[in-house]
Amino acid sequence: MLAYDFMRMAFAASACVAVLAGPVGWFLVLRGQSFAGHALSHIAFAGAAGAALLGISPLAGLLGAAVLAGGAMGLTGRDTGERDVAIGMVLSLAMGFGVLFLHLMPRPAVTATALLFGNVLGVSGGMLVSLAGAAVAGLVALGVLSRPLLFASLQPELAEARGVSLRLVSTLFLMLVGAATAECAQITGVLLVFTLMVGPGAAAQRLGLAPLAGIGCATVLALGEAWGGLALSWWTDWPVSFWIAVLSVAAFLLAGLRRL
Amino acid sequence: MERESAVACHDVTLRLGDRTVLSDISLSVAEGSFVGLFGPNGAGKTTFLRALLRLVKPVSGDITLFGQPVARGNPAIGYMPQSRTPSGAMLTGRDLLASGLSGAKWGLPWVSRAGMAEIDAALEGVDAVALGRRRLGALSGGERQRLLIAQALLGSPRLLLLDEPLASLDPARMREVALLLRDVARRLGMTVICSAHDINPLIGVMDTVLCLARGRARIGPVDEIVTEPVLSELYGVPVEVCHAPSGRVLVSADGL
Ligand SMILES: Nc1ncnc2c1ncn2[C@@H]1O[C@H](COP(=O)(O)OP(=O)(O)OP(=O)(O)O)[C@@H](O)[C@H]1O
Ligand SMILES: [Mg+2]
Repeated sequence: MLAYDFMRMAFAASACVAVLAGPVGWFLVLRGQSFAGHALSHIAFAGAAGAALLGISPLAGLLGAAVLAGGAMGLTGRDTGERDVAIGMVLSLAMGFGVLFLHLMPRPAVTATALLFGNVLGVSGGMLVSLAGAAVAGLVALGVLSRPLLFASLQPELAEARGVSLRLVSTLFLMLVGAATAECAQITGVLLVFTLMVGPGAAAQRLGLAPLAGIGCATVLALGEAWGGLALSWWTDWPVSFWIAVLSVAAFLLAGLRRL
Repeated sequence: MERESAVACHDVTLRLGDRTVLSDISLSVAEGSFVGLFGPNGAGKTTFLRALLRLVKPVSGDITLFGQPVARGNPAIGYMPQSRTPSGAMLTGRDLLASGLSGAKWGLPWVSRAGMAEIDAALEGVDAVALGRRRLGALSGGERQRLLIAQALLGSPRLLLLDEPLASLDPARMREVALLLRDVARRLGMTVICSAHDINPLIGVMDTVLCLARGRARIGPVDEIVTEPVLSELYGVPVEVCHAPSGRVLVSADGL
């Protein structure tokens, strides 16, 4: 299957996405912020649809909308109860705008399917470069951020007392989540971002590994699921996103078994 | 005793939102003393400790620690917050302590071998080596608390601020942890401020009592403050102080 250019592209693109989604997802699960990640994917959808309508590259729309929305989410306080409602409202509004943008487009069905369910087999050389660039930038940022982020996630009051700015850390992290979400959306589609972001992170958490090992494990799982999904899709001719979703849930369940 | 004061407050007023929690309090805590911090719920114990960490800025007055103005992230202070967030259930106690070791620095959460040895020493100091290997989600509240005490001791701080470290411990454990805190503090020459609701486990451990109520503070040696008139006024209900033949002092309150 690697004889075909589009397959090689797809493998390379999903590797870029998985190495960012794995570690970011591990922190997302640790912080109990998967709902924020979910919302960001919907906002990214609106951004991509808007970009497509304006004739800009949808990837730029995905990234721009998700990173900006992540930053805005981080800046607006940390009262979780109220925040979940606020996130839910913004999410619905974003989806609403996404639908409107699609409605205004000449050929909405094609764009919509690609955005909602991913289009990993249609990755162009230019897109691969952007995906790789975003992945490297995201990983560098996460590398710098990870120590205070881990501390702030586990013991916010103590971290604050030791001089960590909780708001800064949380804002930067949500912007990273936005970037990772936009990347994932390219492979799995907006609706299945969870499979590559939250699935591997949650499975790694279940194994009870120390933080660095857990982050590594989440990365390997994300990569395995993305590549496994591509290979299975090649052999069965079923959609890649379907297989990634199946593998992601299977890994999560198996990780739970190990604990028994 | 000519000792530098560890904490000195001059006319400090602390306000949260539009509520004045403490107004114009002045006090000083001698270095090396063990201070019990008492007061009814909402009296401002947590707020006072957070002010020493500069997480709350006084609206007036100034606070100095060992002669220096208070600053965020002061490494000479060990802190155990009151609210204990239960995230990271699948991580072990050592992971928890490791996350806080120079946790405010940017970079990867990598801990050197020397750092790990420091963590093991801190765990050993509070007899929690076995707890350090277990998952946080599988620990009881009291066990978790002992880990947090170990964490507050990391880096051998000069000033230890403990916000209700004895809450949710059984009576025997309460006394055990109190004595342990006293021994560690003596050994390392630390100044301790420890808030609590139950006075009894700290009798014989603390040498100074700091009471907060209705925006005012009162500080003094134990035998001056742990008396019926002072405590009754503090809590606003009759409080009985019994001196047992064993030399122990027992405090109990009606209607509390
Ligand atoms: N953000 C806030 N805005 C206004 N008032 C606040 C705020 N946070 C706390 N307070 C009030 O400040 C007072 C002091 O609170 P603090 O937490 O210091 O009390 P405490 O003595 O530690 O009580 P407890 O024994 O219950 O732990 C309380 O009356 C509380 O209601
Ligand atoms: Mg309190």
